[in-house]
Amino acid sequence: MTALALPTRKDEAYRYADLDALGRVWADLAQAREIVVPAGEAHSHVLLAANEAVEVHRARLVIQPGASLDLFALNGAAEYGRIEMDVEVREGARFTLNAANIAGGKATQEIVTHVRHTEPNGTSNQTVRSVLGGTATGSYLGKVAVARQAQKVDGEQSVKAMLLDRGATANCKPELEIYADDVKCAHGATVGELDPTQLFYAMSRGLPPAEAKALLLEGFVLQLWDDAPEDRRDELVEASRALLRRVAA
Amino acid sequence: MLEINNLHATVAGKPILNGLSLTVPAGEVHAIMGPNGAGKSTLSYVLGGRPGYEVTGGTVTFIGEDLLAQEPHERAAAGLFLGFQYPVEIPGVSSMQFIRESLNAQRRARGQADLSGAEFIRLARAEAAELGMDVDMLKRPVNVGFSGGEKKRAEMVQMGIMRPRFAVLDETDSGLDIDALRVVGAEINRIMRGPDRAALLITHYQRLLDYVQPDRVHVLAAGRIVRSGGPELALELEREGYAEVA
Ligand SMILES: Nc1ncnc2c1ncn2[C@@H]1O[C@H](COP(=O)(O)OP(=O)(O)O)[C@@H](O)[C@H]1O
Ligand SMILES: [Mg+2]
Repeated sequence: MTALALPTRKDEAYRYADLDALGRVWADLAQAREIVVPAGEAHSHVLLAANEAVEVHRARLVIQPGASLDLFALNGAAEYGRIEMDVEVREGARFTLNAANIAGGKATQEIVTHVRHTEPNGTSNQTVRSVLGGTATGSYLGKVAVARQAQKVDGEQSVKAMLLDRGATANCKPELEIYADDVKCAHGATVGELDPTQLFYAMSRGLPPAEAKALLLEGFVLQLWDDAPEDRRDELVEASRALLRRVAA
Repeated sequence: MLEINNLHATVAGKPILNGLSLTVPAGEVHAIMGPNGAGKSTLSYVLGGRPGYEVTGGTVTFIGEDLLAQEPHERAAAGLFLGFQYPVEIPGVSSMQFIRESLNAQRRARGQADLSGAEFIRLARAEAAELGMDVDMLKRPVNVGFSGGEKKRAEMVQMGIMRPRFAVLDETDSGLDIDALRVVGAEINRIMRGPDRAALLITHYQRLLDYVQPDRVHVLAAGRIVRSGGPELALELEREGYAEVA
């Protein structure tokens, strides 16, 4: 295996990365995982990246004609978390990503996707929610590329970030690169704060401020996991809850 | 139970309450009536401790304690309940979870044990039934997609589950049709009547008072109580309008 040079900030996909943290794990980093969903099959996959201080996950996914992949990813590393994927969506295939960044303290978390619709009639749907406290940085860099021959593709990105503290930063960069002319693509990105009226309502019912915040944040994030595989859903919910309680405290 | 003395409050620097005094003894239900913009909702928010509603003078004593020194959640644990004029929607959080976590937070603050999931569901089911509300409504996100009337009924379900000592109900009657009004009125009587409870009904109209007979009626205008009387005062207001009476 040839050692690749550590990326620099000039590399668009690493613009907001924590390069010091990345440098520490770079030499031992596994190659991108290759996952192929065979034609006509429906797979779902859970990535729970919230155990180590630094978590870097890379994958190359190919969704064969008529197949579907539902991916659920929780990014919650305490120092640096990066989830990066290159996804090829073939004819009539479907890709769904539901992902969250939950970061407090000085953490940096990023979700970097490159979805390539190479053939007609494919669908991709990406929903990303970030909750950022302290001086944390959370990013979503999502590129959707639709090739010239990939007509009737539907690509959607919904990106929302919630900033809990003045020092927190959200970078939302949904990007479309469309060469076909008959495609439906939409993206929306919003950055907001907790609604003071909702907070007061929750506190007026007896919830202390930190608990009220955590509950509202659950409302913001946990819907991502509604359709997660049944045997992993509780795990995703509990891990998200624990992370949210920490950033809301 | 509640003693408000010479209360002054501002919102965004603008004086809204201007020396309001009012006492509601345990076992009584009082009504506050008054024209739009008189400061009725402001009074309820000040009692609840809403940020941005700044008390600039006066005192409020609730069950012998200084209410104004407490945080909103502490006031709830002490037994204060605010029925909102516009109940707030919380997307993604079921009413069940919202009410259970709130109630358990109150219980913990009072040194009581949490209710178990099963105990809570039994309680919620019983209280929803009293309101003629399907308990499945409570599995939906808090107030999301509810009509105006459903939101007000959902507030009453929360009140029934939480069993406060004192309720401030801000225009709970608005948005209700006549049947819902009767049910909600009966609920207020069922939940809040008792020797160690009391309530303050904020309302625009006499009609709720047909179902919940107030012990006293107060008229709020320009941030102060300008007149007080028995139930007959509400009828007089209805007949003559605020301008004549206040
Ligand atoms: N958030 C606010 N910012 C500025 N003014 C406010 C705010 N809330 C209420 N007010 C003003 O305070 C006055 C009293 O309002 P409110 O308490 O809602 O009256 P009521 O409930 O009796 O109709 C009104 O003049 C209103 O415009
Ligand atoms: Mg009002």
